[in-house]
Amino acid sequence: MFSIHATRQLRDFALDVAFSVEQGETLVLIGENGAGKSTVLNLISGILAPDRGELILGERTLFSSEKGINIPTERRNIGHLFQSYALFPHMTVAENVAFGLRCRKISKPEIAASVAEHLGAMRLAELADVNVGRLSGGQRQRVALARALVLEPELLLLDEPLAAVDMRAKSAMRKELRVQIANAGIPCIVVTHTLQDVRELADRICLIEGGRIAADGAPEEVLGMQENGFIASFVEG
Amino acid sequence: MIFTLLVAVLLSLFLLFVTIPVASLFLRIAPEAFIRSLTEPVVLDALSLSLVTATISTVIVVIFGTPLALANARYDYPGRDIVDTLTDLPIVLPPAVAGIALLMAFGRRGVVGQYLDLFGIHIAFTTVAVILAQVFVASPFYIRQAKASFEAVDRLYEDAARTLGASPWTVAFRVTIPLAWGGLISGAILSFARALGEFGATIMFAGNYQGRTQTMPLAIYTTMQGDLDAAISLAIILVVISFAVIATVKVVTRRKF
Repeated sequence: MFSIHATRQLRDFALDVAFSVEQGETLVLIGENGAGKSTVLNLISGILAPDRGELILGERTLFSSEKGINIPTERRNIGHLFQSYALFPHMTVAENVAFGLRCRKISKPEIAASVAEHLGAMRLAELADVNVGRLSGGQRQRVALARALVLEPELLLLDEPLAAVDMRAKSAMRKELRVQIANAGIPCIVVTHTLQDVRELADRICLIEGGRIAADGAPEEVLGMQENGFIASFVEG
Repeated sequence: MIFTLLVAVLLSLFLLFVTIPVASLFLRIAPEAFIRSLTEPVVLDALSLSLVTATISTVIVVIFGTPLALANARYDYPGRDIVDTLTDLPIVLPPAVAGIALLMAFGRRGVVGQYLDLFGIHIAFTTVAVILAQVFVASPFYIRQAKASFEAVDRLYEDAARTLGASPWTVAFRVTIPLAWGGLISGAILSFARALGEFGATIMFAGNYQGRTQTMPLAIYTTMQGDLDAAISLAIILVVISFAVIATVKVVTRRKF
């Protein structure tokens, strides 16, 4: 279970969001470009700090302006996939996946075993020693996902997870992603611009408009709000 | 048409102006004389002193300059612009000014030197002074290049590394520095080359003692008055090193990522 209540003054408006995500639940954030969706993910993973608010993940308080708590990003144990995946260009696929494990006190054989297992599960075993610069969009997405999941995160953040994947591979990748998220069994927050992502991945939807949550509910409920301009054009495609 | 011709003429004249003097060095000395000069103590002393001091000063510049460049590239703090200006200052400062300034600071009766003197520590006119002079004039070449290279590293990689559990140290050593590597190396090479060529500040602050403070440029200046072959030989060695520096920087700065 993860919950957030946070405010932060952005350049054009004040971001003010509050929501929670259950264990094994996938929450999808939708809204216009610049509405603050990616910023919400950055606030959760700790890349940005809220001006005020509280973030609680399981038993841990990650951030609390009241109690003066701000756990640094590296100790939050949150998997954060960036839109461009941010794979380290100076490392191979296996080195990318091993990166987080190497930051922890884990023995080399254990790291190797864990990396091999996750590469196998993501059908990346044959690419282990390839430099990430030579991968396709879909392969990059799987490496980024493996790199995050190998650390057994307590929360998964996905920013436009399929935006850089080729059109033809998208549908299959989306189904695969659904399975990966379900297997992880942790709360998951996805930012997306595409209706297919919402239909395939969402257990619940939050609509963010101008830094505020304009709607929060089951997919059919939120997508049914045809009186909302964004929803109307979103569903139209 | 006329424009093209004009450009071609200007270009040729300029290339000749640069290459003729360098070529003249090679034309004015017989290969045997060059080889013979290489065994002369004044040449060997200068060569080894130059290589040793320039290497040490480059290491010092890298050790102090890397954290400084990284901090200035990544963090905004009060006075950052002042720090940037001060680190750049030696580039525009005439070497003679650097020489007398170092003497006023670290000379026997200098602002700092008078206290070092109480402990029996003398810096001016020693090999240490040679190194200090080189660090002073060469540091901006590394720091500027290092800062630019760090700024060119996308912060996204650093953010990603932190979400994967990397401490700020790990981020610096496993992500930022490796991604800026080519720029850091070329900055260090440029800094080394500048240290190797340092003349003005060295002769004023360290003096001109063979084997202790007489680096290659100083030895060229000294031997030119008597043994021209030795002077030309040293000059040729510096030309070769300069070419190697340019070539290495070109190769290293080719973007890999």
